[in-house]
Amino acid sequence: MIRLEKRPQPSRPWVFATPVLAVLLTMLFGGLLFAALGQNPFETIRTIFFDPLFSEFAWFYRPQLLIKGAPLVLIAMGLSFGFRAGIWNIGAEGQYIVGAICGAAVGLAFYPMESFIIFPLMVVAGALGGFAWAMIPGFLRVRFGTNEILVSLMLVYVAEQLLASMALGALRNPDGMGFPGSRNLAQYDSASSWISQSAGMHWGVVAALIAVIVAYIALSRHIFGFNVKLSGQSPRAARFAGVNPARLVLVCMGISGVLAGLAGLFEIAGPAGQVSIDFNVGYGFTAIIVAFLGRLHPVGILLAGGLMALTYIGGEIAQSNLGLPLAAIQLLQGMLLFFLLAVDVLTNFRVQFGRKEVAS
Amino acid sequence: MDLSSINPILLLASLMVAATPILLAAIGELVVERAGVLNLGVEGMMITGAVCGFVVAVNSGSPWLGFVGAAVGGALLSVVFGVLTQFLLSNQVATGLALTLFGLGLSALLGQGYIGIKAPSFPDWDIPLLGDIPIVGPIVFQHDPMVYVGLIIVAGVWAFLKYSRAGLILRAVGENHEAAHALGYHVVRVRMLAIMFGGACAGLGGAYLSLVRVPQWTEGMTAGAGWIALAIVVFASWRPWRLLLGAYLFGGVTVLQLNLQAAGAAIAVEYLSMAPYLATIAVLVIMRAGRAPGSLGQSFHASR
Repeated sequence: MIRLEKRPQPSRPWVFATPVLAVLLTMLFGGLLFAALGQNPFETIRTIFFDPLFSEFAWFYRPQLLIKGAPLVLIAMGLSFGFRAGIWNIGAEGQYIVGAICGAAVGLAFYPMESFIIFPLMVVAGALGGFAWAMIPGFLRVRFGTNEILVSLMLVYVAEQLLASMALGALRNPDGMGFPGSRNLAQYDSASSWISQSAGMHWGVVAALIAVIVAYIALSRHIFGFNVKLSGQSPRAARFAGVNPARLVLVCMGISGVLAGLAGLFEIAGPAGQVSIDFNVGYGFTAIIVAFLGRLHPVGILLAGGLMALTYIGGEIAQSNLGLPLAAIQLLQGMLLFFLLAVDVLTNFRVQFGRKEVAS
Repeated sequence: MDLSSINPILLLASLMVAATPILLAAIGELVVERAGVLNLGVEGMMITGAVCGFVVAVNSGSPWLGFVGAAVGGALLSVVFGVLTQFLLSNQVATGLALTLFGLGLSALLGQGYIGIKAPSFPDWDIPLLGDIPIVGPIVFQHDPMVYVGLIIVAGVWAFLKYSRAGLILRAVGENHEAAHALGYHVVRVRMLAIMFGGACAGLGGAYLSLVRVPQWTEGMTAGAGWIALAIVVFASWRPWRLLLGAYLFGGVTVLQLNLQAAGAAIAVEYLSMAPYLATIAVLVIMRAGRAPGSLGQSFHASR
């Protein structure tokens, strides 16, 4: 008989081993899934996880890794603070959209003027947009005790409708002959977030790296990081230590909103280019997986973001080369989170075989 | 805008139809939460139910079999959640989110060959006498059978929780799992059964969307209905009859905004479409939620 015994402390080796184990299990069961779909499992797994990096066309895919990874890391970094403290902002997708809309609106307002000040203004607007959208669930939780999970999620659907309204109405390209979607910001030099398009470098990549470094310092060296960790592990102890729970909620929601808004702005001013009905592809939700896969740790999130970006690119390759449906990749990502949560039991519990001894 | 084009009788009649998917999903989640488990994967189970029900109904030609398939599909998916949270003691919030993401992917994959097909519909049926009552008849008694199945499930859950011994055990497990365990009840077993019931109900709710309300399969067709169901459980303070009230309220908002869109209101379609979500937020703010079940969201591990 298998029995679980709680460890006095989470096991250090397993903290590092479980994400790797989860990825391996996902490859195994993903392979079985692809076999069931009538694909060659080995070829499919190789296409998804290795071809973007090591195939003969890898020079084309490697820049994509930065483009896809940057928003994931940026959003996941923001979410990780709240998740550590038990504050569940799962509406990052909405904050991402609103940040993009606000930033793009500022950029479009200046068109066709060229000035170095335009892009910084857009960055500020994007951050403020995300911040404001995240403050709604934050404020409602602090003031009225509403559940931030539900409110932040409802606001994703509201943001999607807002995006549709903007793409079809206020921000529509006046020279677009009536087609939905705004002017292309990536082709408007003062508003473009590209640094080098061929290398996949845009300001979002820079921001993601800065966020990782700042978060690392904040979590390991600053009292804020300590308060966040303490609130997650023992809210009562945190209150005695002088942590103001309401302020912590607002700060954590604010950080995740700002970073998600920034991610949205960098995306819309670069890779996406224009405000269109479906420019958002679910980074806000995938970032939740990234945050958990990275163990809510900055360096872990950086690695996890890279891996997730890999599955996105590999999924696109598999779609065009092998005819694999894109939904299969979404399934694979969900599966990864499942396995991660499942094997996490090994971190906190010791598995024992055999019958339970009688306690003396 | 032409308000006179909105027929109040038709409006009230479609309210019950619009509320049914949310009602079905919410009553399942209510039982799950009364057992002390917070399953945030309702959206994922709903959409999986929607696609399972659609596939079964199209292939068998029977909407009834479709609903059975949806319930089975939703329950199977919920077992994954149950095993993770009850046996492997994973975080319920994170696992529920994973279930939603997984369910959205799974349903998109399963439903690939079924886009653009029309679902078989229920044969016309008339409730004798009751359906012929003027005004009340068309509003309450001229719907498809699943509307009444939903109402029967609500009544059944109410009676089960209030009067049956098993319902009392379920509530005990939800209020204080340590105490229930000490009394010799199988906490994990009770919770697994509750989770599966919740999954089956969410599946039915999803299938109602794909088989009756739309009736087609499109990716992501639940569009947040599962999350609204979760909100309604909070709104209802975990009580079945208030759940019914909440679901009809949301059904009303949905139907009203659709009617306003059709009547050509001066407000843009996108802003009207926000209404159900904004109403959910407003209700969460205004309603002071009652006391949640004591052990809600906590993992149970019998260490002694």
